[in-house]
Amino acid sequence: MKKYTYTETKDTRSGFGAGLLEAAQKNENVVGLCADLTGSLKMNAFENEFPERFFQVGISEANMMSMAAGMTIGGKIPFTGTFANFATSRVYDQVRQSIAYSNKNVKICASHAGLTLGEDGATHQVLEDLGMMKMLPGMVVINPCDYNQTKAATLAIAEYEGPVYLRFGRPKMPVFTPENQEFKIGEALMLNEGTDVTILATGHLVWEAIEAGHILADMGIDAEVINIHTIKPLDADAILKSVQKTGCVVTAEEHQMNGGLGDSVAQLLARKNPTPIEMVAVNDSFGESGVPALLMEKYGLTRKDIVKSVEAVIKRK
Amino acid sequence: MANIQKLEQTVSQVRRDIVRMVHANNSGHPGGSLGCTEFLVALYFEVMKHDPSFDMDGKEEDLFFLSNGHISPVFYSVLAHSGYFDVAELATFRKIDSRLQGHPTTHEGLPGVRMASGSLGQGMSVAVGAAETKKLNGDDRIVYSLHGDGELQEGQIWEAAMYASAKKVDNLICTVDLNGQQIDGSTDEVMNMGSLEAKFTAFGFDVLVEKEGNNMSKVVAALEEAKSRTGKGKPVCILLHTEMGNGVDYMMGSHKWHGVAPNDEELANALAQNEETLGDY
Repeated sequence: MKKYTYTETKDTRSGFGAGLLEAAQKNENVVGLCADLTGSLKMNAFENEFPERFFQVGISEANMMSMAAGMTIGGKIPFTGTFANFATSRVYDQVRQSIAYSNKNVKICASHAGLTLGEDGATHQVLEDLGMMKMLPGMVVINPCDYNQTKAATLAIAEYEGPVYLRFGRPKMPVFTPENQEFKIGEALMLNEGTDVTILATGHLVWEAIEAGHILADMGIDAEVINIHTIKPLDADAILKSVQKTGCVVTAEEHQMNGGLGDSVAQLLARKNPTPIEMVAVNDSFGESGVPALLMEKYGLTRKDIVKSVEAVIKRK
Repeated sequence: MANIQKLEQTVSQVRRDIVRMVHANNSGHPGGSLGCTEFLVALYFEVMKHDPSFDMDGKEEDLFFLSNGHISPVFYSVLAHSGYFDVAELATFRKIDSRLQGHPTTHEGLPGVRMASGSLGQGMSVAVGAAETKKLNGDDRIVYSLHGDGELQEGQIWEAAMYASAKKVDNLICTVDLNGQQIDGSTDEVMNMGSLEAKFTAFGFDVLVEKEGNNMSKVVAALEEAKSRTGKGKPVCILLHTEMGNGVDYMMGSHKWHGVAPNDEELANALAQNEETLGDY
């Protein structure tokens, strides 16, 4: 089993900030829009280097989304920045009509997703965004796991033609994926091969899944751990191939069980290869204020919860 | 100098198309379409520089965004007669497998449409975005948008208006179709918006009021005046008083024809009032 190590922790939003700056240096058509959260989204470096390509729209997310759609006409590649809640649920109709249905080349970049936003509480802790975005026809949905991967994903979506939702977060997380990695949209990443159970994790839960794999190894369970950084299009081949080998699945995500990664995987397996599945996700509940680590524990989103789910799903094989 | 008589002939044909399209599938929005016919004909046949061979990016062209997408019949007819697609395609309006959806969309690839609209309130933001891109590209052409007056009840319009003036988006001409009607009644009854001139002025627009929005020479003059006011640090707004259903006497001035199709007899009556000038599709 591969041991992943890290020397530093960094927030995924900073990976976005670094990626945006580099994407803008590479392509003069990259523009940024932000709804009064430039510091939170780490868009300052981009704004400082390219002030004429940065559009401060104030606290008006609906205007920002439709404006971004309009900016594509004439060849710009707009990256919008706000919190995940305000990038999805607040502006769903704008995203649906002006971006998704109109098939505009807008990159909806969303920070502070999920419980790890922490103390601000449930008003800001969107746990439904992946579901809302994946339901829109043609929308690509990406949820990278660490700083390096978020940076790589930001660069990759600048090259991709079409609407994308890129989700990242606030807390500092272990940086364990390679610097300057190539990010392939829709391609699952094998982290550890195993034979007893498949663990499919996304975003902040990927590190927890790796750690769970080590705990399971000590228990004599050989877990296969896969990073599903792209929720849509889902890498069906990789998932089916793994499941044929292991015969059971646990999914792990910082999102509602309804509409999340687990939901997508269950739909795939039910149609192609019915397999026992357990889901580590928030179970039809809003979050609350608190320290991120304690919230993840309270809502059942830790390595321990993954281990418990693995034990449960293996019994169902 | 505009050939007003020629433009009015086009208006007559577009009005015939509108009532025929709506009648043919017993659905659509004739009232607002008829009221905005002079405006759209003036824009596409006189005022805008545009290329019917159609490129989505529209560089070095003037752009138009229809924010109140339900008046698609007038938009489609004007696009067809401008050469964006064959007028015969108007017969497919609102039918299955058509590019002429109930509300305009880019999804089916209809030339001339650059953004889906229908869910109200989004078009001013779209136009502002396109105008900002023109500025970045060093493209000095103008972006036009059209909005219903009832549509101004959507909050996003005012978000876009606030942005446009704060950021000096002065290559933008937003026109409001002031027909005073919406689905449930007059705009004054449903949601009295007070003085729209005062509101747009307070929001930082350079506002023109044209009281005769169904008088072709007045509409052309208003658009030319609006054009002359671009590039001066402020977005421009035309408050265009129109009559819902204009050109068909029994539809005029009533919200009842917002989204209702004429029957066979009513169609014949409407057609008798509008001469066939360019040939029916």
